[in-house]
Amino acid sequence: MMGLLGKKIKMTQLFDEKGRVIPCTIVKLGPCYVVQKKVKEKDNYCAIQLGFEKVKKGNKPMTGHFKKANLPVLRYLKEFRVDNPDGFELGAEIKIKDVFKEGDLVDVTGWTKGRGFAGGMKRWGWKGGPASHGSQSHRRIGSLGSGTDPGRPWKGRTLPGHYGCEKVTIKNLKILKIDEENNLAYISGAIPGYSNSLVIVKKAKR
Amino acid sequence: MEKKIADFKVGDTIKVHFKYFEGNTEKHGSFEGVVLAIRGKNESKTFTVRKISYGVGVERIFPLYSPLITKIEIKKRAKVRRAKLYYLRERKSLKLKKERVVSKEELEKEAKKEASGVKSEEVKKES
Repeated sequence: MMGLLGKKIKMTQLFDEKGRVIPCTIVKLGPCYVVQKKVKEKDNYCAIQLGFEKVKKGNKPMTGHFKKANLPVLRYLKEFRVDNPDGFELGAEIKIKDVFKEGDLVDVTGWTKGRGFAGGMKRWGWKGGPASHGSQSHRRIGSLGSGTDPGRPWKGRTLPGHYGCEKVTIKNLKILKIDEENNLAYISGAIPGYSNSLVIVKKAKR
Repeated sequence: MEKKIADFKVGDTIKVHFKYFEGNTEKHGSFEGVVLAIRGKNESKTFTVRKISYGVGVERIFPLYSPLITKIEIKKRAKVRRAKLYYLRERKSLKLKKERVVSKEELEKEAKKEASGVKSEEVKKES
C-alpha cells in the first residue's frame, strides 16, 4: 500500500475510445522523496515518510531533519505505511510510474474550499422558505423540532456554521492518463480543494 | 490539442463528417447546416449546427476536438453581425442575407494565406 503527494492543477476533459467526453482533473503527482524510515524496532510500526515540493529556504530544525536523507527542505511531509521499509533507500526519488499505472483506481484526499460561516441552505441543503408571495422567510431555518415533547432540539440538528476547509476523500477515481515527463496524472472526476492545493493520492482500498 | 479542423465561423454553412458507434460497429454519418454558435474555450469548445430537415428544425452540438469528427467542409460563408445566431430559431428558413458559396480553390488559398501569415510572424519574432 503506497501513495503519493501531489498538487491539484486544474480540471479539463478527455475523450474515451468511443469519443465520449470524460471530465478529469490534472494532478501534479510527485516526484516525492523518501525522507525518513520508521522501523518496527525503534518506532513500533513500519512506514516511510515522503516529502514533496521544494521550498526556497527552510528553517534550521527542518534543514537538520532533511539533511539526514541528504535532501533539500520540502514543503509537505506525509507518512505511508509499508510492510517492509528496507526496500526503500533514504533520499530516493519516487515518481508516478513507480506507484501507479494508467487505469488504476485511486482514493484522493484533499481539503475542500473554505466557505466561512455558511447558512443552512448551503451547508446542509435545506430547502428554505418560499421565494415570494410576501413570505419573508427566504433562507431561514424554519422549525428546530417538535414542541413540549421532547422539549429540546434533537442532537445533530443541522444549523448554520463554519463550512469547508475539511479533509475529504473521494474514493475509486480512475487514473486515465499519465504524463511522465511533466509528472502529471489525469484523474477522472472532480477533486476537493483549490488549484495548487495539496492532494494525497493512494491506491483504492476497494 | 491538434488543429485538424477547418476554420469556420458563426454563420457559415458546414458539413460535418463524423463516426459513431452502434453497439460495437463503427458507422459514418454527416450533418449539414448553419453554425449557430461556437462556445467554450480550449479543449471544451463546442459548436452548434442547425438544419431544417423535412420542415423541422434540428440542432446538433459537437465538441470541436472530438476524435469522432473526421472532416468539416465549408459550403457557404456568410457575413453576420452576431456572435450567436439564436434568432434563426424563430425563422422557417436559415437563409442569411450576406451569404455566398465558397469554392475549394478559395478555401485552399485562404489556408495558404494563413499558413504564410504564421510564418511571417515567426520571422518577425526571431529578428
